[in-house]
Amino acid sequence: MTERFVTRGFVGRRDQGTSDDGIAPDDRRRRTPPGQYLTSDFPVLSAGPTPRTPLDRWSLRIEGLVDRPVEWSWEQLLALPARDWVVDISCVTKWTHLDMRWKGVSVDTLLEGVELDPRAAFAIAWSDGGYTTNLPLGDVLNNQAFVAYEYDGRPLAPEHGGPARLVVPARYFWKSAKWIRGLRLQDRDEPGFWESLGYNNRGDQWLEERYSGD
Amino acid sequence: MAIEWQLGTVSSTRDETATVRTFTLGLPAWAGHRPGQHVDLRLTADDGYSVERSYSIASEPERAREVDITVERIPGGEVSPFLHEVVVPGDRLEVRGPIGGYFVWEAALGGPLLLVAGGSGVVPLMAMARHRARAGMSIPTRLVFSSRTYDEVIYREELDRLAAARDGFEVVHTLTRGQPPGWTGFSRRIDEAMLADALEPLGAATRAYACGPTALVEVVANALVRLGLPPDRIRTERFGPTGT
Repeated sequence: MTERFVTRGFVGRRDQGTSDDGIAPDDRRRRTPPGQYLTSDFPVLSAGPTPRTPLDRWSLRIEGLVDRPVEWSWEQLLALPARDWVVDISCVTKWTHLDMRWKGVSVDTLLEGVELDPRAAFAIAWSDGGYTTNLPLGDVLNNQAFVAYEYDGRPLAPEHGGPARLVVPARYFWKSAKWIRGLRLQDRDEPGFWESLGYNNRGDQWLEERYSGD
Repeated sequence: MAIEWQLGTVSSTRDETATVRTFTLGLPAWAGHRPGQHVDLRLTADDGYSVERSYSIASEPERAREVDITVERIPGGEVSPFLHEVVVPGDRLEVRGPIGGYFVWEAALGGPLLLVAGGSGVVPLMAMARHRARAGMSIPTRLVFSSRTYDEVIYREELDRLAAARDGFEVVHTLTRGQPPGWTGFSRRIDEAMLADALEPLGAATRAYACGPTALVEVVANALVRLGLPPDRIRTERFGPTGT
């Protein structure tokens, strides 16, 4: 469709969601990616049941193209340097939530625990329950991704990916793997769960890369 | 290959309940879908302002070149009130799809089948039930359907008809906010005991699909795991906030 189609009678609400968050209207518009609407909720989207691994059997592992795999227990993860992150999150189901507050460990910090093979170019996040998602290493380095275990000052709820999830704010939220248990570094890209089911391989919300071929 | 936007024409509308309406969209370029998939809708104002939303497809794929979407009017919403109050047959809407490849059931996948819905979460499950009926399958299927009141049961008469065919399709209704006189169905939220009863005759090889508000889907999926269904046979679609 080269010419823009206009929907008869549509004006739009244009308030970009509730305005009780103290963010100026211009700012709200500027920070809303194309095709998204603002919400102050935290909707849940999962393909199956919420996995529940007891914390004493939980670990986070980095493996693949590294000098040797490294694994942290829950207590060891909590002992790593962490920080607060305030980021805008966009889900491919169309909601965007500004200024979501998390606490967690930068992927950079995790990677300090290993020596990367120079061939490592992709990170495959894998989770309890079998979920996977793929990211070019360039999309997760330099504080672009973190493993979060608190949201809004509280332990991350299981339905939101607790005890810990990956958060990659610059990509649609399916790249922020819930229930993360590891990152596997590879030289080859490998489409993850949704990437194999018609969703875009990269998922940049500012380019509206929702589906395969976008 | 990209999923292109196409123009659909609203050929008819039908009120399912006081707040839920079905829109039939004629789509000349539609390549077909699988039951459970959804479409994206894009609305554009004359100054270029536009919004998009996803809606589950309610119709079975056997109907060529058209899809039904069933839309609940969300008070204060930006899109659903427009669809309800402004859109009439003859209007055109931008659509793309089908989208989603996991929350999908086709007759070829077999059964038995347990469908669990809360409110308008029944929509993608209805596509599965209609497809099952059209395919002439006798796959044992149960729909456990939670609605607030009798008048708010979406597709009530059609579900009655599907169950009356006695081809293995049964509906278990529960009404959580109010029951008409003489109501013999359930009158509580869906819980493990209700699901255990529904699952028992279907057996351990059942495929389960649950769609509805997050709280309901969480309860259902967790209960089905405890009842012994393998997690990879439980597929979920959720909407709405967590309520916390």
